[in-house]
Amino acid sequence: MTDSSVPVSPEARPVSPDVGELFLAFVKVALSGFGAALPWARRMIVDQKQWMTAQEFNESFALSQFLPGPNVVNFSVVFGARFAGVPGALAAFLGLMLPPVVIVLILGVLYAHFGEMAALSRILSGVVCAAIGLLIATVAKMAKPLFTQGWDWAPLIAIAAVVGVAILRWPLPYVFLGLAPLSIALAWFKKAGP
Amino acid sequence: MTGNIGGNVLLTMAGYFASLSLFAFGGANAAIPDMQRISVDVMHWMTAKEFADTFAIAQMSPGPNVIIVALIGYHVAGLPGAGVATLAMCGPTCVLAFVVSRVWDRFKAARWRVVLQNGLVPVALGLIAASAIVIARTADHGLVAVAITVVTAIVAFATRLNPMWLFAAGGVIGLSGLV
Repeated sequence: MTDSSVPVSPEARPVSPDVGELFLAFVKVALSGFGAALPWARRMIVDQKQWMTAQEFNESFALSQFLPGPNVVNFSVVFGARFAGVPGALAAFLGLMLPPVVIVLILGVLYAHFGEMAALSRILSGVVCAAIGLLIATVAKMAKPLFTQGWDWAPLIAIAAVVGVAILRWPLPYVFLGLAPLSIALAWFKKAGP
Repeated sequence: MTGNIGGNVLLTMAGYFASLSLFAFGGANAAIPDMQRISVDVMHWMTAKEFADTFAIAQMSPGPNVIIVALIGYHVAGLPGAGVATLAMCGPTCVLAFVVSRVWDRFKAARWRVVLQNGLVPVALGLIAASAIVIARTADHGLVAVAITVVTAIVAFATRLNPMWLFAAGGVIGLSGLV
């Protein structure tokens, strides 16, 4: 393990990962990340392997967040492609997805057989409550910069999305296509304003 | 699980998850309400309780949250369903990510990119908040249940504790029958 505080110049960085290393690295990220895989991906790629600087990581991750779909899955593709093209992208994707899918399916099979069991049902009731708490924490973390940067219109857009999706139960594409252009237009005027 | 696995249900799932993924700004958690709407209300693949359980199992498992689609697919059509749902949910956006990453450096500092991103954040935020509400609606509403949610939210917001411990605590309290 390497001390993350030591600055690494590009020349000092070790060689790029090959396809096998990419696969194994993302297997490790997948299996250590509960809830969110991002902190683990950062620790492995920036701190331990030093395949990217912190800034390169942030830029690649910003791209993954900018696109629709699961962020860390997008990131695995962007990261793998950067070092080893299409095979690299496939290796990173499979490393990230295969072990968790196998594990979750084993749990799914157990649930299909024992889901009626009162004990399992009670455990899951407790876990659901914790999982809702985790979602609320995610929302709070995302909302923090909105208040410090003075995006006064942003809460209205967020509330409209909540009403459309959770209260009125409209399909996500309708809500998204209704709100995203408006939100982007507001962001544009805010940026153009004083 | 349905005993009779037709090609139709696989096609339906493939089309649904592929198109859903393209609107899932904010990741898989932003798409949870729509998955619930389709799985429970529209297609009647599962009950609301089963969906909440499925969500809990996916959250407890290591790895990206998107693996919930593998569970939904498995519930609907066994292993082929799990494979089809997972690939449909990940494939289109992975291809998109691959293509965009090739030209990304050119737009990294572009003004429209910043504007686009700033505009998308509040929408994603609202969608994830909607997930919490949709799941909470089907969960227990007792004092202990609400306490688990509130404590988890505060701990997860204020500390960097591995969420696994919070799930474990929730599970143990649930097992004890207090929820």
